[in-house]
Amino acid sequence: MSTASASGFAGPQQYLEQQARWRTVEIVFWLCTLLPFVVAPNYLQLASQIAITALFALSLDLILGYAGIVSLGHAAFFGFGAYTAGLLSKHGWGEPLTGLLLSGLAAGLLGYAVSFIIARFRHLALIMITLGFGLLLLELANSASGLTGGADGLQGVKMWPLLGLFKFDLWGVTAYWYSLIALFVLFLVSRRLINSPFGLSLRGIRENAVRMRAIGAESRPHIRTIYTISAAIAGVAGAILTQTTETVSLGVLSFERSADVLVMLILGGAGRLYGGLIGAIIFMIARDWFSGVNPQYWYLPIGVLLIAVVLFLPNGILGGVSQLVNTERGQRWFGWLTLPPAWLPSWRRGA
Amino acid sequence: MLTSLAGVLFDGFAYGMLLFLLSVGLSVTLGMMNFVNLAHCTFAMIGGYVTVTLINQAGWPFLATLPVSFVAAAAISVVFERTMFNRLYRASDLDQCLLTIGLVFVSVAVAALIYSTVQQPVQLPSYLRGSFQVGGVTLGAYRLFLIVFALVVTAALVIALEYTRFGAQVRAAVDNQRMARGLGINVDGAFAITFALGSGLAGLGGSLAIDIVGLDPSFALAFLVYVLIVVSVGGLGSIGGTFAAAVLLGISDMAGKYYFPEIGSFMIYLVMISLLMWRPAGIFGRRV
Amino acid sequence: MQRAMTGLAIATAALLAATSAYAQGTVKIGVIMSYSGQFADPGSQIDNGIKLYMKEHGDTVAGKKIELIRKDNGGVAPDVAKRLAQELIVRDKVDMIAGFDLTPNALAAADVSAQAKKFMVNMNAATSIITTKSPYMVRTSFTVPQVNEALGTWAYKSGARKAYTLVSDFSPGHDGEGAFQRAFKEAGGEIIGSARYPVANQDFTAFLQRAKDLSPDVLYIWVPGGPQPAAIGKAVAERGIDLKKTKVLGQGELTFDEALKGMGDAGLGFITAFHYDHNHQSAKNRKFVADYNAEFKRNPDMFSVGGYDGMHAIYEALKKTNGNTDGDALIAAAKGLKWESPRGPMSLDPETRDVVQTVYIRRVEKVNGQLVNVEFDKLENMKDPFKARMPKQ
Repeated sequence: MSTASASGFAGPQQYLEQQARWRTVEIVFWLCTLLPFVVAPNYLQLASQIAITALFALSLDLILGYAGIVSLGHAAFFGFGAYTAGLLSKHGWGEPLTGLLLSGLAAGLLGYAVSFIIARFRHLALIMITLGFGLLLLELANSASGLTGGADGLQGVKMWPLLGLFKFDLWGVTAYWYSLIALFVLFLVSRRLINSPFGLSLRGIRENAVRMRAIGAESRPHIRTIYTISAAIAGVAGAILTQTTETVSLGVLSFERSADVLVMLILGGAGRLYGGLIGAIIFMIARDWFSGVNPQYWYLPIGVLLIAVVLFLPNGILGGVSQLVNTERGQRWFGWLTLPPAWLPSWRRGA
Repeated sequence: MLTSLAGVLFDGFAYGMLLFLLSVGLSVTLGMMNFVNLAHCTFAMIGGYVTVTLINQAGWPFLATLPVSFVAAAAISVVFERTMFNRLYRASDLDQCLLTIGLVFVSVAVAALIYSTVQQPVQLPSYLRGSFQVGGVTLGAYRLFLIVFALVVTAALVIALEYTRFGAQVRAAVDNQRMARGLGINVDGAFAITFALGSGLAGLGGSLAIDIVGLDPSFALAFLVYVLIVVSVGGLGSIGGTFAAAVLLGISDMAGKYYFPEIGSFMIYLVMISLLMWRPAGIFGRRV
Repeated sequence: MQRAMTGLAIATAALLAATSAYAQGTVKIGVIMSYSGQFADPGSQIDNGIKLYMKEHGDTVAGKKIELIRKDNGGVAPDVAKRLAQELIVRDKVDMIAGFDLTPNALAAADVSAQAKKFMVNMNAATSIITTKSPYMVRTSFTVPQVNEALGTWAYKSGARKAYTLVSDFSPGHDGEGAFQRAFKEAGGEIIGSARYPVANQDFTAFLQRAKDLSPDVLYIWVPGGPQPAAIGKAVAERGIDLKKTKVLGQGELTFDEALKGMGDAGLGFITAFHYDHNHQSAKNRKFVADYNAEFKRNPDMFSVGGYDGMHAIYEALKKTNGNTDGDALIAAAKGLKWESPRGPMSLDPETRDVVQTVYIRRVEKVNGQLVNVEFDKLENMKDPFKARMPKQ
């Protein structure tokens, strides 16, 4: 049995192949996402919203964790996708899947347009430009209240049953299946993207953009590509929110939403693909729990949670976990989780 | 026509002065140590609540509360800096963001617990209320006071920075931290003092802002965006840059609302984006 | 063996019946409001109103115990409101939902109320169309057109002919602008100018200068609660707007308690229209204010009275249905309810299920050294004019 040691690669091809292997812990994670259907059927609406937020966090991870673009205005694409889906439904086209694709496309186009500006800047200027852009879109949506419904939100969003069979009901069963499958599919896409030469070049850009140019890899087209993809995924997440809740209002474009998803991503650990998912799950469950216990002062335990994670778990929760696993004892107890499972055919396991 | 322009300039300048006081501390600390302190406005909020408590509970006159709010905000910031922030100077930007945001959340909840969510009113002394007519332009008394006060503070800061040894150390650390350390300058100590001063100024700004923008627990979050805009447009570590950016943003915000009320709310963001695209390091910034 | 099994079955059945009967002895109310964030203050005032009512009238109605489950909406978040409403109904099995400080949240929850056929009490959100979204909803606060059209009509009656309107640039502000302008123009007046200021605006000097330049008889201002009313009051004084030449009119939030404390004497002479002020001179209100102050150390406001009367509607409806919490039964019982509230007489319109009440015209005056809103005129039995104009469905 080959060991998963990180040293001694024969080349980048082997490195990528090894990264792309499915580990046991990943399979366990995705199986666990099916648990709410069985264990917590009354919480499916919450689970659905967690899945949507996890998808949004994943899209942010693609640009932040892998390309090093810190964005404080990513909700612009989330909201753009959300409103597109809402407007499609309001004006007569309530089919969920095509609405989803169109919204993702629309958000992607917007991302493409913006990426020309984004790719030219770095550091604080970039952060503030993304922030300004997000706030600008929010103000535009507020002013265009004839189109968007303004502060009252868009009225008249009614979705047709999914695949003609499954209605979006009060219990949230359809909603959770819908958001979970979308999350899984787009996760697979992102995983493929990251574990490819393109993904490697992104990491190179994140580490040192100047050096990348020196070795002949143009960074700007890569940044534009990943930004567009990230925008499209964020738009899909927003569209799912509109479709499963049949409401959309200015909150989807707000600074709070951008800041929340950033916090969740950092909490989980950026640059690890699962960081956004873990961060979203933990933050949203914690918030729901704390605000149930004390609706008025739940900011306090959440703030303490964030501070504690930073002080004791640098690089987010996943960072702390991987540090634990890399110790002697950690390897003994949890090492098997980091290897691909034995029942996977050997050509998938990689020798 | 000219009188209304003069009026807009005056009010915009006053608003800019308020933004300056609230932002200058963040600009210098960010430039000096690259420490992203999103909890900066928490100190402003603390200063505001100190003033409100002293006026409403202890009957102090408004002006007398200002030095106390400065000292209180500075003192509390020192406590945070020594216990939590100094562990993260070498940490990533994102970790610093998360810690300071966590702190903001905690401070908002604590403020709501102690003071409840109600708006805190403040009664100004009579000589600060009302207005003067100067050549057909109405000048508010409080805004005049704000402008004079901020200019005095700016002058004090510039003098301290240019003509004192400590100021020279701060300037060296902002320019090139590693070199400064190499020359034996105690950068950490200088930073601690600068941080306290910056937070104290924020507290002062918070007290002065109550009359114009009100005070409630969400103040710590609400103003953050404007402060970040001023700091990024002005350039990190530059007092002159922060001053110019604050004035520019204050006036364009006011002019936008007066002359183009339909798009008035966009103005500040459009101005920021355009300025940053033209000068990514800020107006007077040196590093990106 | 057979007998033991039967005995066990009967015992289990009896136990189940007993527990479900015990559970049937409670009425659960899901309360959805913003307890945190920038709208936390209205939320806590509504909550205080609810608490005071329950303290005065006990927590048992028609033989059943009232249990409240509170959920934080956290501001404008209709997706959260919808999810919370669904969870409360599906998971916590509440019998009705109440609260709703903001319009988007109320609209989203209305969908759930209609789908699940649950009684819903809107204690604050003031946009007209909200009550049309669920046939199981009543409202116990006010509607923007109800108050502002009354003000527009009154403004013309008081002699004003030219008006300038300045409102916050979001839906309630637009509604206020529309309502005032419509009523003022219908009465014969002329709108000489208008502007909308950004929702988060802090500095009003520019907007007020523009208004002053046009010399209107009446300056109508719509502003939500928070820090802005005080800022407006101070800016009016700073700009030197002469209140004898230009009357300043607005919806009640312009002159609420904290705003008056903040703007000081600058607010003397401001005229506002509203359905409630703690200064209302009635025996019931004086007792209400005294009890409220004793319990919560502050004055009640329109949010508090919305929560207080909301609970009254719930209690009275339950008494009429004898504790039956079926949505159809409760809404039938709630329609047409009439009672004397701390605000004055009010009732729930049987057709629209919306609040019918007196709109008071008040002026800010100094009484015993304090600035208060003194009522000097009123329009009684005001229904929501917006819905009254809507074609019958």
